[in-house]
Amino acid sequence: MKGKKLIDPSDLTTTEIEDLIKLANQIIQNEEKYSKCCENKLLATLFYEPSTRTRFSFEAAMLRLGGKVIGFSEPNSSSVAKGESISDTIQTVCCYADIIAMRHPKEGSAYVAANASTVSFINAGDGGHFHPTQTLTDLLTISNLKGRLDNLVIGLCGDLKFGRTVHSLIKAMSRYQNITFIFISPEELQVPDYIKKEVLEKNKLKYDESTNLEEVISKLDILYMTRVQKERFFNESDYIRLKDMFILDLEKLKNAKKDLTILHPLPRVNEISTEIDDDPRAAYFKQAKFGMYIRMALILKFLGIEVD
Amino acid sequence: MLKVTSIDKGLVIDHIPQGEGIKIFHFLNLDKVKYRVALLMNVPSEKMGWKDIIKIENEISMNLDILSIINDKITINIIEAGKIIKKYHPAIPKVINQIKCKNPRCVTSVENIQNQFNLINKKTKEYSCQYCEEIIKLNTL
Ligand SMILES: [Zn+2]
Repeated sequence: MKGKKLIDPSDLTTTEIEDLIKLANQIIQNEEKYSKCCENKLLATLFYEPSTRTRFSFEAAMLRLGGKVIGFSEPNSSSVAKGESISDTIQTVCCYADIIAMRHPKEGSAYVAANASTVSFINAGDGGHFHPTQTLTDLLTISNLKGRLDNLVIGLCGDLKFGRTVHSLIKAMSRYQNITFIFISPEELQVPDYIKKEVLEKNKLKYDESTNLEEVISKLDILYMTRVQKERFFNESDYIRLKDMFILDLEKLKNAKKDLTILHPLPRVNEISTEIDDDPRAAYFKQAKFGMYIRMALILKFLGIEVD
Repeated sequence: MLKVTSIDKGLVIDHIPQGEGIKIFHFLNLDKVKYRVALLMNVPSEKMGWKDIIKIENEISMNLDILSIINDKITINIIEAGKIIKKYHPAIPKVINQIKCKNPRCVTSVENIQNQFNLINKKTKEYSCQYCEEIIKLNTL
């Protein structure tokens, strides 16, 4: 994978994903061994819109590998504010950095940047389009907590219409055997038709739709929660009527399996009640940690560094 | 019937569906050129009932295959020394660069880069933006 550019999660084959998960687990088991392997290597984090969480995850990953980090976290303070094109910025940064992670509010910006880059490139989110490291984080989390990526019933709850994390996870999981999805959302925020046609039906995946979390929770191996944003609703009364139905609390968790895994890409607002945080099934903070490890694995593979 | 002098060298775009001629005229920026052009609208046609025709007394460097998104029955006649030397129907192009992406969140809306749409379904004339993957169905310019 040396020199590779990652725009879309499907740029990686399932074998490559397997290799990344394997390496991430090796790092988890012996972090010390990897703590100096990126000495003399530089990661550039170019964040054209603020996303503290994702940037921290990338920077922590590089620093824990012994590497160094340069970059900006908002475009106002950089040459970008003077109107420099993505392509020019990337070509300049390539003179200094060995690997680039970029986040940009516009869809397709990652494609433009990857084409301009002469070093390894990782899309850290391009608008509502792709966010491959979030998807890889989800895969590592599921693989570790469940011990498998196949034979799973996955419930996705919340905003399934606009949530790119959800679409990306559906695409990624559709490549594994015997996956069943249960989509739990208000009717206004259901999974778009093109995902049903192009991904689910094309791959002959089983799926079900529900507007009631409590009714279906007992069937799930994984419950992936997402935020339902107020501005997605046409009116206040719809929002108030529906919002509580998609909030996970202890009451709704009553009928869930003992080994359910609850995930959330974070940050959460109120869709998971804090009373659940201490439940052993809550895995969303572990998920954030897995996010750093998968980024460490990605950086190592893309830089072509092997540690024995 | 209205007479328009035939041309010596250039091209004639014939069998344009009624009402589409003016769109092609603007798309090819023919309102800004210095050479002779004629847009004939509502011309009686045996096959089509009514049609539009465009006559251009010059060469056009643009690939005219894009006109196939309106109708693949459109005929392009190349004229040399007053005679038709080539006659063809535009073929549906695999890639289109001449159309702007309408997705306001697309990177092409802020960066100075050439647009690119890739054909994804020949039957429905659906194209997808190379950058944001917005799908557009093309049936007019
Ligand atoms: Zn676009």
